[in-house]
Amino acid sequence: MTTTTEGLDVAPRGVVAAVDVAAVRADFPILSRTVRGGRPLVYLDSGATSQRPRQVLDAERSFLEQHNAAVHRGAHQLAEEATDAYESARARIAAFVGADPGEVVFVKNATEGINLVAYAMSNADGAGEEAQRFAIGPGDEIVVTELEHHANLVPWQELCRRTGATLRWYPVTDDGRLDLDSIVLSGRTRLVAFAHQSNVLGTIAPVAELVARAREVGALTLLDACQSVPHMPVHLTDLDVDFAVFSGHKMLGPSGVGVLYGRSELLAAMPPFLTGGSMIEMVRMEGATYAPPPQRFEAGVPMTSQAVGLAAAVDYLSEIGMDAVHDHEAMLTAAALEGLAGVPGVRILGPTTLDRRGGAVAFVVDGVHAHDVGQVLDDRGVAIRVGHHCAWPLHRRFGVAASARASFHVYNTVEEIDALVEGVRAARSFFGVGTGSSAPAPSAPDPATNREG
Amino acid sequence: MQLEQMYHEIILDHYRSPHGSGLREPFDAESFQVNPTCGDEITLRVRLDGDTVADVSHETLGCSISQASASVLTELVVGRSVADSMRVLSAFQAMTQGRGQVEPDEEVLGDGVAFAGVARYPARVKCALLGWMAFKDAVVRTAQIETALVRTAQSRGGPRTDAVDPTEATT
Repeated sequence: MTTTTEGLDVAPRGVVAAVDVAAVRADFPILSRTVRGGRPLVYLDSGATSQRPRQVLDAERSFLEQHNAAVHRGAHQLAEEATDAYESARARIAAFVGADPGEVVFVKNATEGINLVAYAMSNADGAGEEAQRFAIGPGDEIVVTELEHHANLVPWQELCRRTGATLRWYPVTDDGRLDLDSIVLSGRTRLVAFAHQSNVLGTIAPVAELVARAREVGALTLLDACQSVPHMPVHLTDLDVDFAVFSGHKMLGPSGVGVLYGRSELLAAMPPFLTGGSMIEMVRMEGATYAPPPQRFEAGVPMTSQAVGLAAAVDYLSEIGMDAVHDHEAMLTAAALEGLAGVPGVRILGPTTLDRRGGAVAFVVDGVHAHDVGQVLDDRGVAIRVGHHCAWPLHRRFGVAASARASFHVYNTVEEIDALVEGVRAARSFFGVGTGSSAPAPSAPDPATNREG
Repeated sequence: MQLEQMYHEIILDHYRSPHGSGLREPFDAESFQVNPTCGDEITLRVRLDGDTVADVSHETLGCSISQASASVLTELVVGRSVADSMRVLSAFQAMTQGRGQVEPDEEVLGDGVAFAGVARYPARVKCALLGWMAFKDAVVRTAQIETALVRTAQSRGGPRTDAVDPTEATT
């Protein structure tokens, strides 16, 4: 197993593995099922949602069978145990990403975490002097990038609409990198929000550079870590971002739980988004004061077995080791890039080497629409994502309506990558592309030349 | 291999040589529809001659199923009365949304029966219906235009509220 990620030439096949994949796979019951008439499942859609090991399922079940109660309320034994389990989960998850427990806010998912920050910013007006560092209005700017998932784009579009602020973005270059020189941040830039790793291109953002530029003009930073935290070691304090979000279900954990990370002094100054029970300090009929973070941002009885399950997932990942997870996925990504590059008419969207790149491999097949590629793969038991992967502007940028995307996790094997590549060959052959058969390409507009360019 | 159940040879033929492809003039109404889950798009134009669908043309940016479906639609509805074409549309919709439980009527659907296999793949039903929804919308727009013209010319009766039902609006 290599630890370098410089290029394809170092990609190993059959070198000593960092991960005992067979042992890992045995922990995931779903991976042994068959689909579409008895074909073994080849699950290559972990970028959308990952599968969960027995350890996670067992942790949730055990919590519910032994300790279930509403947390942070009541003084009976179960309430104590449930609160301990919930706060222990927070501490383990915080440690996993290099944060303090008080900096971890449980949310439904990353989308909710981003909306929380966006709404807190529009709530800053009239929320006291401390909150003014979040205030935003006409003339101010939010900066995102062209490769963002809709979750890190639409909430900022909406914030700008509500407040009269302006949305700007870093464009994406032809090779799938952020074009950092095309726009200059200003003293009016309030926040820069960007994906750590693109969910389509796999591109890893230059976090330090973006943070430095934002800090220089006094802007906040928000890191969408949905595609990084599950796949590589991430230390949020070292990255020095102000906020970060990630979702449990993409990192072998349950759905319905995610994390908003915020530097403690920022969370302490930030006004709430959702209000109600649990998040208060004192309530009178005339008004209320709010609890310190993270409780201030966790109104209502929170998801609890899910938080416990997510903590079990980070324990599971830590046991394997995130360096090993990363190396294993780098090996799979290299195999996919190499294998797909060998199929005529296949174009990879984004970087074609492992340089500053993670394991989401999106591609288009000349003459075969992504839906049709996905259908042929599905027929062979291979599950991939097709469409725009919630990054429609990015697909427009590359002049395609849709792409196919394979994405991996620690349980995937090189043989599964082979099945992917074989399936793509089969799709070309099924639709009569590049086989020398007489089947002409459709006369309708080529999907690769979207007229919006 | 279940693939052939969905990709019937008729579908592949229409995909390779689609009917009605390329937007044409003149037309009475145009509809733009998009499948938000995958970003596929269709622009479809309709020209009516009295009560008859005189021409349908479209530009489809999508998968084989959506392109073939728009092609079959063109073949099935051009030359029919609006009411008839809406009956075909209903039958096509019932078949594709029927999860494989609805027996298609070849008399009504012609080449459209080739899409019966799509009904077994719920995620692809929207692909098959994209062009048909554009056709329905365009016909409604035609009816609304006509209604507006009639109202202006004759100014009899109150404003129509039933223009969303194209079969009624044109009878």
